[in-house]
Amino acid sequence: MNATAVTPSVRRQLQTPKPPASPFPYNPGSLLSVQDLSLDAISHLLARATVLENQDPLTRDRILLKRRVALLFYESSTRTRTSFELAAKSLGADTTLVSSLSSSIEKGETLKDTGLTLRALGAEAIILRHNSSGAPWLLEEVTRLPILNAGDGMHEHPTQALLDLRTILAHLDPITKKCHPERSGFFQRSEGSPSLALSQPVDLVSADTLSGVTVTIVGDILHSRVARSNMFLLPRLGAHVILCGPTQLLPDSATSAGPGISVERDFETALRQSQVVMMLRIQAERLAGLQLDLAQYKDAYQLTGQRLAAHAPAALVMHPGPIIRGLELTAGVADGSQSAILEQVRHGVAIRMAVVERALTAGTLAATSGAPSDKSSSLGSKGVRA
Amino acid sequence: MSSLLIRNGHLIDPAAGVDALKDILLKDGRVAEIAGPGKLKSANGAAGSDVQTLDAAGLTVAPGLIDIHVHLREPGQTYKETIATGTAAAAAGGFTAVAAMPNTNPVNDSPEITRWMLAPERGACVRVYPIGAATRGSKGEAINDFAALKAAGAVAVTDDGRPILKDTIMRETLAAAARVGLSVIQHAEDTRMTGGASINAGSSAFKLGLRGMPPEAESSLVERDIRLVTELRDSRVHLHVAHTSTAAAVAAVRKARRNGLRVTCEVAPHHFLLTEEHVGLYNTNAKMNPPLRSAADRDAMIEGILDGVVDAIATDHAPHATHEKEVEFENAPNGITGLETALGLCLRWLHKEWKLPLGRVLSLLSAQPAALLGLKGRGTLAVGSFADVVVFDPRAEWTYHARETRSKAHNTPFDGWAMQGKVRWTISEGRIAYSSPASPTSAA
Repeated sequence: MNATAVTPSVRRQLQTPKPPASPFPYNPGSLLSVQDLSLDAISHLLARATVLENQDPLTRDRILLKRRVALLFYESSTRTRTSFELAAKSLGADTTLVSSLSSSIEKGETLKDTGLTLRALGAEAIILRHNSSGAPWLLEEVTRLPILNAGDGMHEHPTQALLDLRTILAHLDPITKKCHPERSGFFQRSEGSPSLALSQPVDLVSADTLSGVTVTIVGDILHSRVARSNMFLLPRLGAHVILCGPTQLLPDSATSAGPGISVERDFETALRQSQVVMMLRIQAERLAGLQLDLAQYKDAYQLTGQRLAAHAPAALVMHPGPIIRGLELTAGVADGSQSAILEQVRHGVAIRMAVVERALTAGTLAATSGAPSDKSSSLGSKGVRA
Repeated sequence: MSSLLIRNGHLIDPAAGVDALKDILLKDGRVAEIAGPGKLKSANGAAGSDVQTLDAAGLTVAPGLIDIHVHLREPGQTYKETIATGTAAAAAGGFTAVAAMPNTNPVNDSPEITRWMLAPERGACVRVYPIGAATRGSKGEAINDFAALKAAGAVAVTDDGRPILKDTIMRETLAAAARVGLSVIQHAEDTRMTGGASINAGSSAFKLGLRGMPPEAESSLVERDIRLVTELRDSRVHLHVAHTSTAAAVAAVRKARRNGLRVTCEVAPHHFLLTEEHVGLYNTNAKMNPPLRSAADRDAMIEGILDGVVDAIATDHAPHATHEKEVEFENAPNGITGLETALGLCLRWLHKEWKLPLGRVLSLLSAQPAALLGLKGRGTLAVGSFADVVVFDPRAEWTYHARETRSKAHNTPFDGWAMQGKVRWTISEGRIAYSSPASPTSAA
C-alpha cells in the first residue's frame, strides 16, 4: 500500500489550483489601487487633471452639480481630505464628511453598515481613508459604489502616487530625462530641442515615459502606503525605484513587490543615482513596538542640505507630508529650491478632480458609448497580481 | 432497526489490511460480520427480519473518517456552530468521529464541561471526543486535573490557539499528561513573534501592507517542545503538533521521529493545497492561524504526507458567523470550515493528482488519527469494532457549494471547488447519520 508515491523532484513541479480571478473593482469608477489603472487610464486622468485645473471655475462646477460624494475618514488627514473635498466641490458636487471620531463608528457600527448607510443617504461615491489595509475592497464589495481609496493602512494611496507622478512629469525634460527642480511649469513634450519651453503638461504616458529616471524612496517603507503605490506605479512607466532604509523599516522581501524595484541600504549611494528623492515620515502610529534609535536613523537617512548638495544637487525633493522638520529632512531642505513638497499638494487637487469626475462618470460613459471605457483593461485584474 | 447490511461494496480497511469486494453486516452498533459478496450467512438466513440493506455496488466502503481537530463552538458560541450542526457537517463529509477543541466559552477545562458536551441533549449525530484544556482557562499558568478530564471523556489536552509558551508549564503538561496516558496537542506559535499579524510573513504580506507571522514562530516552538520531550526521557510522553504549516516544523518532527521520540503531526487540507497567494485581495475566508504559507512550505506539507511523516489529515474546522468575516482583513477572526470538503479535496489532490494510494489517503483520515489519540474500536471495520462507516463513490466529481452546508457557517475558501469522491452514506455506530439526497436508502 505504500507504493507509487512520486519522487520529490517530480512532485515539486505539480501545481495546485491558482487563486480565482478577482472580481475587483466591481465599479468602473472605483480607484482602489494604482495596479488597477491601465496606462491609457493614467494618461486620461492626467489629461483631465490638466483640463479641469485650467477650466473656468464657473463652468467647471456644472460637471458634477449637486452630485453627492461622501468622505469617510477613519484616520486623521489634512492634505488628502481637504484636497478631495476641494476637488469635489470645484466640480459642483455636494460633499459630506464622516469621521470615525464623531460618528456612530464610535458606537461600534461596522464599515459595512456605515457604507450601506451612506449609500442609503444618497452618496454616489465614497472616498475612504482607513487604518486597515484592504478596507476599500470590503467597502466596494458591500456597497458596489465607486470607492476612492484615500489611503488604506500600510497598503496603498493611489491618488498620492498619481499626484507624485504629475509632479515628476512637471519637472522632467522628456528628451534628456533630467529633472529640473527649479522649473515650476511643464515641459512641452513635442519640442524637438531640449529647450525649456513651459506650456502644456505631459499627459500621455507610456511604458518608457520614465525610462532612465531613478526615483529613490527613503525611510519608513514598511509602513508606507505612499511608498507602495509609487513602487507599484512608477516602474510601469519605466522608472527604476530604489528603496532605501534600515532593515527594520525595509524588509528585503520588498524587492519582490514587483519589477523595477531594488533595495539600497546606503543613502548616499542611492542619492547619487537619483533624479527624484521621496522622503517619508517615520510612522510612529504604526511602529507597533518596533524600537528605533532616532539619532542613529537621522545619522544615516536624514536628508540634509549638505548631503543633497554633495550627492544629488539636481534631484527633485518630494515628500507626501506631513513632514517632521529636523527628522527625515532638515528645514532647509524642506524650504529649499529643490523641494517640490508644496507643489505636490497643488497637484493633488488637480489629480483628485480627475479621479472624482471619473468616479461619477465612468459608469455612464461606458453605458452610453457602448465602448469599453478606459477601465476595460483593469477589469481583468486578478486576485493575485502579476 | 438494529441491523444494516452493506452489500457489494469495495471494502478498504487499511488497519485490517482489507482491500476487496465484501458484504458487511452491522448489528447493535458494531461490525458483526464480513464476507465475500452474497456469502454472509446470517444476512441470508435472516431475510425478512429488520435488516436494512444498502446497495454499495460500485462504491467504496471504509472506516468512518476521524477528524482530530475541530471547533464545535459549544458551549458559548452557538451562533457560530453547535455540537449538533458541527457533527451534521461532519457526517455529510464522511466523518464519524471528531475531536473537539476546548477553546469554547467557558473553556473546556473541567470534567463538568466535558460531560456536558457529551450529553445526549447536545444532539451530536456522530461521536464527539472532547479535548480538555491543558491549563486553567487556557491561560498557560495552572495545569488542570488530567486524570479527572480523562475520566470524564477527554482524549487529549491542549491550549489550542493559546500556545503554552513557558517552558516549565509545557514540561509539566507533557509529564502530567503522560502519567495518565493522554496526548498533548500544541498549536505551535510563538505569539511573541506574531502580534498584530494576520498573514504569513512573505511577499504577499509586504504587497498587501499586512503584518506577517514568520514561519519561525511555528518552527521554533515545535523545536522547543521536542527539546522538552527529549529532556523528559519518558516513553509515555506524546507530543502532537497541530496543523503543521511550515517546512521547518515538518523537518523538526521528522528528525524527532528518527530519534525515536513519540512526536506526531497533522496537516490541514488548506495547508497542502493553498499558499499565501490565495489570500488574493483580502479574502477573509483565506485567513486562518497558522496562515497560508509560501509555495515551498506548501510543497513540504505534500512531501510530508507522501513520505509518511505526517500522521493525520485534520481540518481545523473553525466556523464563524458571516458578519464576523465581513470586516477588515486584520479584524476578521482566524479560521475556515473544513469537515465537508476534506474527503473531496484529499481524493482529488492526494490520490488523483499526487498518486497517493486510496488506502493511504483513508488511513490518514481514519486509522492513523484513531491510533494517534488511542480511540479504541475506531478507524477500522474489523469485526467487533464500532459500526462507523463511510460509503462513497470514489470516482464521482462534484462541486462544493458553501450555501448547501450543514454547518452554521460558510467561511470556506473552497466554495465552488471541484471535489472528487462523493459520500453516499455515513453510518455512525450502526445508524445512518447522513445519506446523500440523490440516493434514498432501500429497505430489503
